[in-house]
Amino acid sequence: MSIKETVNSSHSHWMEAGGPEADIVVSSRVRAARNLNGLPFPHLLSESDARQVFHSVRLAVENREFAGKFGRLELTEMSELTPVERQILVEKHLISPDLLENYQKKAVVLRDDEVISIMVNEEDHLRLQSILPGLQLKEAWEMINGIDDSLEKTMDYAYDENLGYLTACPTNVGTGLRASVMLHLPGLVLINRIRDVLGSVSKLGLTVRGMYGEGTDASGNLFQLSNQVTLGQTEEDIIAALIAVTGQIVSSERAAREALMRERREHIEDSVGRAYGLLSHARIMSSEEAVKLLSDLRLGASLKIVDFIPLSLITELMVAIRPAFLVKRAGRDLTALARDVIRAGLIREKLNRIKYDK
Amino acid sequence: MNCERCQERPAVVHLTEIINNKKRVLRLCEQCARAVQAESFGFLPQMNLHNFLAGLFSNHMASPFGPSVAGGQKCPNCGISEGQFAKSGLLGCGECYRHFGERLDPVFRRLHGTNQHTGKVPERTGGKVKLSKQIDRLKVKLREAISREEFEQAAKIRDQIRDLEKELAREGD
Repeated sequence: MSIKETVNSSHSHWMEAGGPEADIVVSSRVRAARNLNGLPFPHLLSESDARQVFHSVRLAVENREFAGKFGRLELTEMSELTPVERQILVEKHLISPDLLENYQKKAVVLRDDEVISIMVNEEDHLRLQSILPGLQLKEAWEMINGIDDSLEKTMDYAYDENLGYLTACPTNVGTGLRASVMLHLPGLVLINRIRDVLGSVSKLGLTVRGMYGEGTDASGNLFQLSNQVTLGQTEEDIIAALIAVTGQIVSSERAAREALMRERREHIEDSVGRAYGLLSHARIMSSEEAVKLLSDLRLGASLKIVDFIPLSLITELMVAIRPAFLVKRAGRDLTALARDVIRAGLIREKLNRIKYDK
Repeated sequence: MNCERCQERPAVVHLTEIINNKKRVLRLCEQCARAVQAESFGFLPQMNLHNFLAGLFSNHMASPFGPSVAGGQKCPNCGISEGQFAKSGLLGCGECYRHFGERLDPVFRRLHGTNQHTGKVPERTGGKVKLSKQIDRLKVKLREAISREEFEQAAKIRDQIRDLEKELAREGD
């Protein structure tokens, strides 16, 4: 699969529902920041220096030994993509919005299954990222660790004995590691316990954000939990701490869902049924409405209130309903109304296909 | 006592944070406590990290040397000034860490509770780190010797640097 296929499909490996705790943990992501020694950090990089970074990354990943270990990875410069295609990579969580600014100096390396991506010249020269379905932080870190070792064979990293990996922003220095899980927590939201749970998390050196990263709110009851501290702990400790806290939140969410099913069963079943009804029949659907209904439907699918809709499809829909995807699908710019109509059509089509398959 | 955040209203809330097993207590007024709480929950647009850093750093930058003059010192490698760092929150290159050195310590301690990396050591670069640090120190000495016009001494240091650089190149292979 080439990058053009990536931007044409709303599906990605991380959306598959095979992972552990998939009813609550949507995906796990590990990202490591690395910089090349001797070059200024990306925000001060000249065009020619930026190309030099592209060149060394290409040399490192596009060779037989590397491909033998990690599969075929290819570097695509951001300027080779259309604005819509670039935006789709953001909507699929494969790159950050930062990679869209000054895109002439930026590039992305993607593996076919989209599990591994490397952002080139984002805030740091390299941001290695691995994203997997369910709670698989250890697996994601092991993958990043291996890739990092292989890259280091040909690249000189900016590294300091005392401070570890040097990064443009001092908040990432040390391990350069940011591990995160995306959690679906409708139960805790419904019983009004979400603030308590997330409040205690922030005291443990972890942060919580909405699904689309920094500065976004938690629409669709999706919360992104990540480590804040990158210095003074080993990578394994950081991952283990995040797994432990995630485990606790998962149990609280399960307890909340059980309590809801015990005490408000009719209400929960009703809202799941309504969500399915609207999603499979509505003709105009705003993004906010879709996100809310998909959250209700996901809860219903996890609790087996609806048993024929795979969680992976719901996760994929959460991405497919985003604006750039709809524009790509339509092949032209869209008015707000046209977008809402296409969104409703897309959801209907995907849900009804499942129903008739059964 | 006044709130540690706004320095204006009286502090009525104690907010405890534990980072890297180190406890930090903030004494805040009600408004700031609410803002801080909301920020860490991610319900409000996140506090701009860069601004926070810049504020922190400009204080530390200013204090030991009096009010900083015209953007302050510059990194000899990338040319970024203290003022630019304070503005953007981003350092310019790996050398900045060495150049601004100890003055970044309070930033690390505040953000991470420590200034010591205990995680991964890159296999190849790791061994070279010591050598290149030594070379850096010698280069500083070399500049000093030249500015004092002690050319004999400078030549000696130059030879030392050459030897170390050869060693470094061998390790790189």
